[in-house]
Formats: sequence, structure tokens, C-alpha cells
Amino acid sequence: MFAFFLRRLVTLVPTLVFVSMLIFGLQQLLPGDPAQILAGEDQNPELIAQLREKMNLDKPIPVQYGYWMAGVLQGDLGESARTGQPVLELIMEKLPVTVQLAFMSMLVALIISLPSGIISAVKRDTLIDHGARVFALSGISMPNFWLGIMLILLFSVELGWLPASGYISPFEDLGANLAAMVMPAFVLGNGIAAVLMRHTRSSMLQVLATDYVRTARAKGLRERVVVVKHALRNALTPVITLGALELGTLLSGAVLTEQVFTIPGFGKLIIDAVFNRDYAVVQGVVLITATTYIMLNLLADMAYFVFNPRLRH
Amino acid sequence: MSTTLTAPRAPASEAGPWMRAWRKLRRNRVGMFGLMVVLGFVLMAMLAPWIATHDPIAASWSAIRKAPTAEFWFGTDELGRDVFSRVVWGTRASLLAGVVSVAIALIIGVAIGMAAGFFGGWVDMLISRITDAFLACPFLIMAIALAAFLGPSLTNAMIAIGVSAAPIFVRLTRAQVINIKVEDYIEAARAVGCSPLRIATFHILPNITAPVIVQSTLTIASAIIAEASLSFLGLGQQPPDPSWGSMLNTAKNFMDNAPWMAIWPGLAIFILVLAFNLLGDGLRDALDPRQR
Amino acid sequence: MKIRTRAIAGAALLSLVPLIGQAQTLRIGLAEDPDMLDPTMARTFVGRIVFSALCDKLIDVDEKLNIVPQLATSYTWAPDGKALTMKLRSDVTFHDGEKFDAAAVKFNIERHKTLQGSNRSGELRPVTSVDVIDPTTVRLNLNAPFSPLLAALADRAGMMVSPKAAQNNANFAAAPVCSGPFKFVERVAQDRIVFEKYANYWNKDAIHFNRVVYTPIPDATVRLANLRSGQLDFIERVATSDVAKLATEPRFKISKITEVGYQGITINLGKSDKAQANPLGKDNRVREAFELSLDRQGIVQVAMDGEAVAGNQWVPPSSSFYTKSNPVPKRDVAKAKALLQQAGIPNPSFTLMTPTTSDAQKIAQVVQAMAKEAGFDVKIQSTEFATSLNLADKGDFDAYVLAWSGRADPDGNVYSFLACKQPLNYSGYCKPEVDALLNEARSKQNVADRLKAYEQVNKFAQTDNPILYLYHRNWLWAYNAKLTGVREVPDGLPRLTGLKMN
Repeated sequence: MFAFFLRRLVTLVPTLVFVSMLIFGLQQLLPGDPAQILAGEDQNPELIAQLREKMNLDKPIPVQYGYWMAGVLQGDLGESARTGQPVLELIMEKLPVTVQLAFMSMLVALIISLPSGIISAVKRDTLIDHGARVFALSGISMPNFWLGIMLILLFSVELGWLPASGYISPFEDLGANLAAMVMPAFVLGNGIAAVLMRHTRSSMLQVLATDYVRTARAKGLRERVVVVKHALRNALTPVITLGALELGTLLSGAVLTEQVFTIPGFGKLIIDAVFNRDYAVVQGVVLITATTYIMLNLLADMAYFVFNPRLRH
Repeated sequence: MSTTLTAPRAPASEAGPWMRAWRKLRRNRVGMFGLMVVLGFVLMAMLAPWIATHDPIAASWSAIRKAPTAEFWFGTDELGRDVFSRVVWGTRASLLAGVVSVAIALIIGVAIGMAAGFFGGWVDMLISRITDAFLACPFLIMAIALAAFLGPSLTNAMIAIGVSAAPIFVRLTRAQVINIKVEDYIEAARAVGCSPLRIATFHILPNITAPVIVQSTLTIASAIIAEASLSFLGLGQQPPDPSWGSMLNTAKNFMDNAPWMAIWPGLAIFILVLAFNLLGDGLRDALDPRQR
Repeated sequence: MKIRTRAIAGAALLSLVPLIGQAQTLRIGLAEDPDMLDPTMARTFVGRIVFSALCDKLIDVDEKLNIVPQLATSYTWAPDGKALTMKLRSDVTFHDGEKFDAAAVKFNIERHKTLQGSNRSGELRPVTSVDVIDPTTVRLNLNAPFSPLLAALADRAGMMVSPKAAQNNANFAAAPVCSGPFKFVERVAQDRIVFEKYANYWNKDAIHFNRVVYTPIPDATVRLANLRSGQLDFIERVATSDVAKLATEPRFKISKITEVGYQGITINLGKSDKAQANPLGKDNRVREAFELSLDRQGIVQVAMDGEAVAGNQWVPPSSSFYTKSNPVPKRDVAKAKALLQQAGIPNPSFTLMTPTTSDAQKIAQVVQAMAKEAGFDVKIQSTEFATSLNLADKGDFDAYVLAWSGRADPDGNVYSFLACKQPLNYSGYCKPEVDALLNEARSKQNVADRLKAYEQVNKFAQTDNPILYLYHRNWLWAYNAKLTGVREVPDGLPRLTGLKMN
């Protein structure tokens, strides 16, 4: 078990190196001159020259990569070329927001997917099954920015129940914080719900067909007890591990959702930085999120290993 | 006493695996619904010139942002163009975006995945690590960077989405190949002296098509939404040609006073993508050997 | 019973207290997140909005674009125009308590000119040195007469920061110390910028808010939704399509201010070899035909819902620097076709590089349709903004839809664009006679003399058409109707002095 963990940890290093090269390369792909766009509308030639020098833009690309990585290994992710704020500080500022959004979205996803997945499995091939599946799939079939704008129009402008945008720290005002996060969490959670529901359903189906469930039924236990006490626990394991992985997917969806709801999380930070050619910010943030995703992957693998003794050899 | 030996006749109901899968799909009502809807949209895309009521790019200064009427079934947009006709013509762009992107992702992904699974060793290790790296980066960021690099256009958006979605197929194919590699018939083929390419094409490929097909329909759904997302950021289909994503992009500025501009293309995306998802689900159930 | 009533009344009164406190915070919605909050390094328009609350300037402009005093009470040009002497207020302190005086002005001007990363060095180039005459008198020495200097000093180049804070704090933008009506409290990137009232502001009686919070909300629909739901009191850059409905709502007021800038199409007629391959770039008859094929008022109507003023020069028709003898031409498709016949190219084709912003996309599509009627085949090439800037700089384009936010002084709208090899001269226009006239215009101070020079420049611009000026947009602000004292200055920056919530 320990050996397995160690082996997997070792593969982390080359993966992270590739991630750093990938995100660095992607920034280089972006056309245009970052010094130009960062110099603003006046396009002062002196300023542009100074910016090029500061960002090492005239050096060969491998050298630029070297400078960046040297900084990263020392804990310095550079600073935003647009506002001068250190990237690490920016990340720390946005982290609580993104983490809260991710967890709330996951909660929404679980609330939608678990009941519908279980009901779907228990009442397999009936109208309820079909209905639940269509309902869960609706989430993944809608562009989340469209759903977001629709929700804002309904709940903020028409009904006035929820704020249209913005973020207030939960320590400042928990009520306002939750009110602002409900809609974006729903939009994001909706998308993941489908995948989780599909897996809940299929794993429930598998478990319901096993011997020990048949035994429980034969013993005369009520169906509800069979489902909840015996089937659920075993069915949920793969779903939980999958959930951990989807946490990483949340970042892709979050990019546009945060844009629409003006939630100051990582997604919005990355998008704006891409269009402003603020390389350091994009690279720093993606490196951190990719590392987190890979770690979660590792934890999920390990959890699967722990829960499923048949995988150990 | 003579015993007549007759060759055993194949039972009348014995059908090949594809026929069986099709029969199972036919029984799955939800999956069939998805298939019908998809075919409906394909038909709409092909017959667009006859179904559309107006020229989708003909602007009319006097009819800007008009609500739906008998003349303009879905209303008009910010330049006075008929939304219904644009939605109909836009089917082509969105279907293309979905199908072509996935085709690109498929070709790249399956080829690389097969190489990884088949050769194993350091080739596998290298490809796996690189694929992990790709999967760790936010998909949209990769698509944006590639689309910005290639230039804003529908074609480039398709390439960008295709390349960004390839890693999923790499991982899927590799997993399948590793499972199949150890089967007897592969060993036999190797023993007989078939070249790796032959084995790959004739023995492995046919056996991995099932999960790949299922994943493809699901990815088509994501690709259509991805095109909409890229258009939302200004990187997809370019004006004045319509695509549902770019229509949504413009419509978001007029949600308040011309909601029909957003409702119809949004609905179209929703229905088509839902149909692909239902179809994918249905295919998965039909092609799953475990579920009888 | 009596005690209960009194207790209830007391509780009711107490509950009003937070309301009173809340009325004193002004919440403003911005269309973007500003860049650095350091006047020397700042590079964005939206940053200037925030600065108007944070940093006072030597002089300011009023609704008619006249120069009015702020930190400086008066100014005099030397007879040869090579020196500007300013008398300063004596009752001003910076947010950290330091005194504002001539030495501080000298420090700031030199900081603007020499700091690494400064964006003001170009604006203050003619200033060679600064002399402290006495604590309330300062003299800026120039190497040549330069009348646009006043407009520069009415903007970021005239903003004064505390010398002590600037010297001690390497990352000044993280905690700026200026001398404006509000001082810096906190900033969370892309979330909010919070200022609070500076108790010792020299004009504190005109400030009626305790706090001001700027919230960047890039999506105009969401920004307006925030205003409607009561989360914001004031928003800038309202979408033109939302104005009609908003005007019917008594809860809100709208300000429409014609900008000092413009929206136009820049034509590559000499920036690179591409100009020679471009029919538009080669022949000014083709350019004139293109202009005649367009109905500017029509473009304003369709692209801007009427919220703009059609124009054909680098200043709006209402400006005192507008050449009245060259009014906005009417559409004439017949004449356009005739000109094309004359030029021998009845169906010219070119690519219109269009940034992916909603405005530019609309303009391009309208222009494409209008020009088609005269025989033009306009291909729209949507380009992400940063890329378009780079391509324009390399001259890799035929025509480019580009706007300019505008400067108070006309020189700021024309010099960088039409003088040879200037940084914003994407058209590649270069005529020594024009350069001479532009230089003359900036060296004169008298409006009449300057106008004469600009009228000559206009003659050239009219014939050569390096930039097709289309219209001047309206700055659109929407705010709570209870707000009074809103000053509609054409630079598009909301000012907080005199603003009151009733």
C-alpha cells in the first residue's frame, strides 16, 4: 500500500513538469505582444521597451521558461504585469472564493444526483427512471453561461430575491455570502450532477444485483432498509472517488460562470489574464490548480484502493 | 439402421453483436428519442435553404430587435435579421462544430492511445504523463489559447476543441487496449506473425469501438457547448454567419429588451445536446455486454 | 405600557442608525477592473474614474472643457511659452498628513518623468526641469512652447502623490497615498476598491459620502441588474440598448455626455507594403468613395441605438476646434460609384480587421452592408483585441475598426495618429507639411491660432482620409434618481465633489 502510494507520488513529478511546460507553451501560442497590450491605449514606446525588458520578452523562449521555473521552485510565482500584485498573493485572495464555490457546487450536484440516481436504479426502466435521467442530463446540456444569465434575470431583476453579482466574505456577512453564491453554485453543480447521477445509477444497479442484497431481500427486510443500509454504502464508494475528480472539472465550468456572476475566483482571474496577456497570472494559477487536480486524482486512486481490497496484490 | 448426419442449423434468432445492440437500443425509449431528435436536426441542417423563411444574413435597419410576429417567427436580432432563419442555418455550424471537433479528437486520441496501450514501456509512460498534464489543465483555457493562436473562426474553434478533447480519448483507448492486449486472440495473432499495425487495425480497433462510440456522442454534446463558450468569448463563428453560440454571445447584451434573441438559440443548443446525451446513454446501455 | 412604547420607539430609532450610516456609502459599478492605482504607472481609462476620488490634480476641466483650478489656484505662461508658473493652494495635505507644496510638485513631475514603468513620460516630454520658487509657487520649464501641457496636467500627469509615501513604499500602487477627497482603504483585485472620506480634505464640505466602493462588473446586463436590484447607486457605460427602457423608470436618472474621443476606421495607407496591395490604401478616390457609401447617422442608429453624434473629424462638431467648413458629409452612393469608375476599380475588395467587442462587430456588419451598395466587397476579419493591436502595429491590415477614448486637448486626438512615425499612427500617414502644422498647433496658445493650423491639417485629412471618423459616442451613466450634483464632464469621469444622495 505504501509502495503503491510512493510509486504514484513519483509519477507526480514528471506530470507536473509537463504541466508547467504545457501552460507556458500555451501562453507563448497567444498571438500579439504582451508588452503592447499591457502598455494601455497610449502605447508609449519607452514604456513598452521597459516592459519587454522586465518580462524578459526578448530572450529565447527556453530561457524565459527557465526564469519562470527558477522563481516557482523558490516559491515566487511572479507578479501581475497589469496591477503589480504578486501572483501568490492573488491566488491566496481568490482561493477561499473558489474553494467555497467548488464545495457548494459539489453539494448541489450531490443533492441532485444521489436521489435521482438511486431512484433511477431502484425503479429501473420505468417512467420515473427515464424522467430522472432526463432531468439530471438537462444540467449538462445547457450552456452554463446561458443558464446563469436566465437565473439572474429571474431571481435578481424580476423577483429581487438574490443579488445579481458580487461576493461578500462569509466572515463579513454569512447570509449575503450564501445569497450571492447560490445561483453560481447551482449552475455549476447542475453540470456535474449528470455525470454523478449516471455513476450512482450504474453502481447502484450493480450492487442491487449482488448476492448479499438478494439475501437481505430473502430475509424479508423492507425494500427501503435493503436500499439504504446495504446497497447504498457500497454503491457510493466509486461515486465519492469520482466526485473528488470532478472537483477539478469545476474549474473549467467556473471560468464562464464566474464571468457572468462576477465572482472573484480563479476562473475569472485566468480568463481576464489570458486576454490581457498577463502571463505570470495565467501560468501561476493554472500550475496551482493543475497540481491540486493531480493530487485529488492521487487521493481518489488511493481511496479506491482502500475501499476495494480486491485491487491490492 | 442409418443415421443421417445433418449439419446443425444456426438458430433463426441468432444475430451478430451489432444487430443485438441495435435491437436493444430500439427498446430503450429514451435513447431512441435522442436518436430521432439528432436525426431531425441533421435533416434541418441539410434542408436549411428550404426551411428558413428569410436570408439569415440579410440585415434590415427598420426591423431591429422586433418581437416574434407572423413574418419573423422568432423575432429579429440587433441588425434586423430573422432569428428563426439564423437558428435553422446555425444548425449546420453547431452540428459541424460538434461532429468535426470530435472526429479530430477521435483520430488523434485513438491513435495515440493505441500506441500507448500497445507498446507499453517508456512509450506508455511518456504518453500517460503528458496526457495527465493535458487533463489537469482547464479544458477551456487550452481551447482559448489554441483558438486565439489559430485566429477566430469556426474552423479554428473546431480544431482547438478537437485537440483539447483528444486526451479523453487517449485515456479511454489506452485503458481498453490494455484490457484487450492480454486476450488469447491477440496472442494468437502475434504468434502467427501479424505486424503491430495489422493487429491494431483488424483485431484491436473493432473491439474498442463500443466505448469509443459512447464517449463520442457524449463529447459531441460538450463540443457544441464548447463552441458556444468560445463564441461567448468572441473566438468561434464569425459574423455575419450564424451559429447558435455566437448568437447567444450577441444576445446576452439584449436579454432585457429582446429576450427572444437568446431564448431560441439557447433552446436549440439545449435540445440538441440533450439528445446527444440521451443517445449516448442509450448506446452505452445497448453496447454494454454486462447488461442483458 | 409607557415604558414599552418608549422602548419600541427607542428600538425603532436605533434601527434607523445603520440606515443613516448606509446612506453615506456610495457604490459605483465600473465596466472593468482598473490596473495599478499609481498615477504615474496607470494605463487604463477606468483607472482615471477611480483616481478622480483618490487623487487631486493641479488643474481640472469643467463641463465645457475649460481649465479650472484644483490644487493650483492659477497659472501663467511665460511670454515665450517656455515656462508655466503655477500658484498652489496652501491648505492641502496628503492622506498621510504630509504637506502639499511646490517641492511635492517638483517631486511628482520628476517621478512622472523618470520612474521605471512610468506611462507619463510621453505626456511631459517637453518639460525639462521644475523650479521651486517658494512653497506655493512652482515653475515648469519647457524646451519648446507646448499648449497641450495644461490638458496633461488636468489628468494623471498632474496628479500629486505624497513624496514621503512614494519614497518609502516600493509597491506604491498597493497602498496609494494622494491628496484627493477620499483615501485608500483596501482593494481586492476584480472584486472591489474601497475608499473612505479624508477628514482633512481642503474642500471637505463639498463631500457628502463617508465611503465609496467601486465594483468592477464587466457584463453590462449584470451591471444594470445590480443597479436595478439596489446593490449599486451609480453605473457607468450603460448598454445603449438599455437606455430606452431605463428612461421610463422614475427610480433612475440617465446622463448622456458626448465624449471627447471618437470611433473610426483606420486605413493602412503607408504603414507597410500591404498598403500598396490594398485598393483602399493605394488610391484616395477609393477611400473617398468608401466614405461616401456610408450613412453615418444610420450607423449611429443601428450600432449605437442613436446614442452617439455623427462626426467626421477628430473632435466632435460641438468642439471649438472643429473645422466648420468641413461638415459631416451625407451619404452619396451614386457619387461613390462614379469615383470608383474614375479610379478604375468598380468592385474593390478589402479586409476590415474588427476587434471582438460588441460595438466593433456591429459597426463592421453595418459598414459591410452599406458599402456593398456602392460596389465594395468588405470582408470582416474578427480579431481578438490584443492580437489586432499587434497586427496594426506591424501594418498587417487593410482597415481597422478602432476607437480612441479622447483627450481634453485636441492635440491628444490628432498628433499621435497623424504625425510621422508616432506610436498610434497605424495608418502610416506621413506628410512633412502636416507635421509642421501639428507642431505649430501645439506651440501656440491662442485658440484662434491653433484652430487655423488645425483647419489646414483638416484639409489634408479630408483629401487623404487616413482615418475615417464615424461618430462620437455618448458616455451613458445611470444612477439612483436621489443622487444630485452629477457633473457631466465630456471626459466621461464621474466626479464625487458636490455629489449628494438625498
